[in-house]
Amino acid sequence: MQSDLKKILSQSIAFWTFRILSLAVMGILFSILGFIIVKGIGVVSWDFITKMPEDGMTKGGIYPAIIGTLCLIAGSMLFAFPIGVMSGIYIFEYTKDSWYRRFVQLMTANLAGVPSIVFGLFGMALFVNKLGFGDSILAGSLTLGLLALPVVIRTTEEALKAIDNSYREASYALGATKLQTIKRVTLPMALPNIITGLILSIGRVSGETAPILFTVAAYFLPKLPTSVFDQVMALPYHLYVISTSGTNIAESRGMAYGTAVILILIVLILNIIANIIRRFLTKKYKTN
Amino acid sequence: MRLLLVLVKPLPLTVIKKILNKTIEGVLMLSSTITTLTVLLIVLFLFKEGVSVFKESPLDGDNVIVLNNQNDVNHLSAADIKKIFDQETTNWKLVGGANDSILLFTFNDLSNYFSEEELGPEFEYLPHKMDSLIEANPGMIAVFSKKYLDKNHKSKVATIDNISPKTFLLGKEWFPTANPAVQLGVLPLILGTLYVSIVAILIALPIGLATAIYIAEVAHPKIRAIYKPVIELLAGIPSVVYGFFGLIVIVPLIQKIFDLPVGESGLAGAIVLAIMALPTIITVTEDALRNTPRAMKEASLALGATQWQTIYKVVIPYSASGISAAAILGIGRAIGETMAVLMVTGNAAVMPHSLLEPLRTIPATIAAELGEAPANGIHYKALFGLGCILFIITMVINIWVETISKRRVNR
Repeated sequence: MQSDLKKILSQSIAFWTFRILSLAVMGILFSILGFIIVKGIGVVSWDFITKMPEDGMTKGGIYPAIIGTLCLIAGSMLFAFPIGVMSGIYIFEYTKDSWYRRFVQLMTANLAGVPSIVFGLFGMALFVNKLGFGDSILAGSLTLGLLALPVVIRTTEEALKAIDNSYREASYALGATKLQTIKRVTLPMALPNIITGLILSIGRVSGETAPILFTVAAYFLPKLPTSVFDQVMALPYHLYVISTSGTNIAESRGMAYGTAVILILIVLILNIIANIIRRFLTKKYKTN
Repeated sequence: MRLLLVLVKPLPLTVIKKILNKTIEGVLMLSSTITTLTVLLIVLFLFKEGVSVFKESPLDGDNVIVLNNQNDVNHLSAADIKKIFDQETTNWKLVGGANDSILLFTFNDLSNYFSEEELGPEFEYLPHKMDSLIEANPGMIAVFSKKYLDKNHKSKVATIDNISPKTFLLGKEWFPTANPAVQLGVLPLILGTLYVSIVAILIALPIGLATAIYIAEVAHPKIRAIYKPVIELLAGIPSVVYGFFGLIVIVPLIQKIFDLPVGESGLAGAIVLAIMALPTIITVTEDALRNTPRAMKEASLALGATQWQTIYKVVIPYSASGISAAAILGIGRAIGETMAVLMVTGNAAVMPHSLLEPLRTIPATIAAELGEAPANGIHYKALFGLGCILFIITMVINIWVETISKRRVNR
């Protein structure tokens, strides 16, 4: 009887500890977001996102940084998405469990674990200096694209893995070739999952600072880029400079809060879209 | 005519299809090779630049160190030179010479010794004058550009070691722009990185583990449905935002609580990194916990064990390798994290003594200094050397995690 009581007591102590700690985690995480959003939402206005920075980046808006980040997202996805999806298809659909598959998978895993600053170093050495692109959208996009590549490959693989083999076999049984099966059966089925992965990698790319430090980011450049060889401002780098090394850190604090809110909003919106697609997808499979 | 017709006759459809299929397969294979190629290119570029630091002399530019011919010292290390020119070492005895005090000469002292007429309008008499000056002062050490060295100089040029892997890895001083000799010891940076990352994991692991157990085993599915997407969202928040939060909230808080002159410290970095590592640790641990076969759990419950006993006697031991993978992965992320750490640790490249003092990590050093290092100079190469160290550390961690998860699958 007493040992039963002890058991129950220790269980409830343990579970309450977990409950409180997990609530604390949620509390910390929510308070970080809440703090920044509460302080910064007042700064965010139509003018803030459509005007050039003024007065040593203490007033005005962050329009060029937003455009810069959009350029980098577009550039990096243009590079990473086709290559990533194609290599995901190749690895999953074409290679058997061979040394090549294991080797590529090991390399992909390794690439995913490389710190972002190392991508920055590499991008600077190869794209900026060796290939002579200079600090440019091209160099920055390629660097960010390499960073997103393993994410896209992995999502594609996972998406293809999730499709039941009976669909492929049914297609083959009807006389379809491998390519036809991929084009008509597996790829359309995997597409929503792949797109979810794409959206999440856009989120990652939009917030990365270290890879763009030496490949594209401009400290202050109140004009829009006209070619892929131009430098641009970018949101995360902008937040970094105005919160640490701006000409007047105290006065640009409001701008910093506003920029942080925009960055959080981008990630938030992308996550919501990804979740909607995912939910839509699971529903669709359930009804089938 | 008939031959031509044969040539013009289109290839059979099946052949065209076959060629098309093979082409597409080739393109797909090419793109998957790009990933592999990228890793190899990263290794190539990083290590080519990084290793070339060992071919460099620590002396700045084309300078030479010139000594009196009678001086017993022929050879000086970078650390010796720094100490001499910082006037910490003032006697030749300390660097293996005779008991004689050291007399410094740098280019700034030029006007103390010679007038402008003596040197000539284009310093054409300088080499000769320098040579006789050094010969007249037995204790003199002079640093100047190679082009002012007299062709038949009587004074001797000291030999200086190139940067060696040993001094690079074990050197305790990081002054990459010091004059006349740069000091490239990365030990404080390596220790700073490990220090901050390990403390961060020590903070994050117990909390993350508790949260993961709660989500995987205890929480109602509805609560789980709230927790999961929030944690995923937080994994996606850019590190610069966490760094910004650390800068405006955690740094002042630490300054206030511990009554420090500056709040930027290793502790601030560790706390920010712990917060950032939480989503990774929770997600990976939870996945591992949920992989426990249902039959094992039910067997334990059927034997009369409580849910909590089942968790710590069955579920946790079963998923131990997954939990350790989460911890290692968390450390890996923390080691490579750049921006947040750069913003809150204060970036003092000194040997870390206490968590309440500013320190500096490898990624933060690269981010802070690469912009100012001239391309292909010694400082630039040293930063690539740091990149190599970082790459090796994270590579080892990745392979480690990979083997741990493979062990789990095999069981």
